[in-house]
Amino acid sequence: MIRVQEADFDIAAELARLTGGRTDLGAIVTFTGTVRQGAGDDKIDEMTLEHYPGMTEGELERVEAEARSRWPLAASLVIHRYGRLAPGDNIVLVITASAHRKAAFEAAEFLMDYLKTSAPFWKREVSGGNARWVEARASDDADARRWAAPDKAAE
Amino acid sequence: MTVKLLYFAWVREQTGISEETIELPGEIDTVSDLMTWLKARGPEFAAAFDKSDVIRAAVDQTHVAHDAQVADANEIAFFPPVTGG
Repeated sequence: MIRVQEADFDIAAELARLTGGRTDLGAIVTFTGTVRQGAGDDKIDEMTLEHYPGMTEGELERVEAEARSRWPLAASLVIHRYGRLAPGDNIVLVITASAHRKAAFEAAEFLMDYLKTSAPFWKREVSGGNARWVEARASDDADARRWAAPDKAAE
Repeated sequence: MTVKLLYFAWVREQTGISEETIELPGEIDTVSDLMTWLKARGPEFAAAFDKSDVIRAAVDQTHVAHDAQVADANEIAFFPPVTGG
């Protein structure tokens, strides 16, 4: 399940809704990405997340489907916020549940690595009255590439 | 053929518009051709597409490379590399 929303999310409530009452799960991984304030020249006052309505949902669904085809997940959830956010605010929530921990851990990391390089979101930070668009990091592309299909990764 | 164009983040700020509908000129085959054509529309577009090699594109809400065909597109979007998560 995926959701794109402006409002904050309640991690405990989302976890309960996704996994409550289920007895087939042995491992649940919850990842939350939050707005980092930074320090010195990188200290930010606020952030605005712009996105591409329609494509955002499509990309998140595609990435989630890919995760579910690679790992035996019993349940999964991705929530990504947009709009104006302050330091400390939640940005993204990923929950993965499986019978065993390895699948849940790996799938959660895969979901984050993939959505960071494919979901159409753009961060604009305001720092000391100046706004700037956050630049994409080469390390994010490298993080996503390491999940290439095993036959490709071995090359 | 009419096509909807969308611009996001600094591409949107530089063009000054978030979306428009245009009649696609017949000589445009690829995303790259379209960016070259857009660049010639005026100073805002010239500035927005100056660093066209870093701009990403989506055709009908799917990421594509610059050599992708645009002939059957309904919607084409231009934006910087994504920075979500």
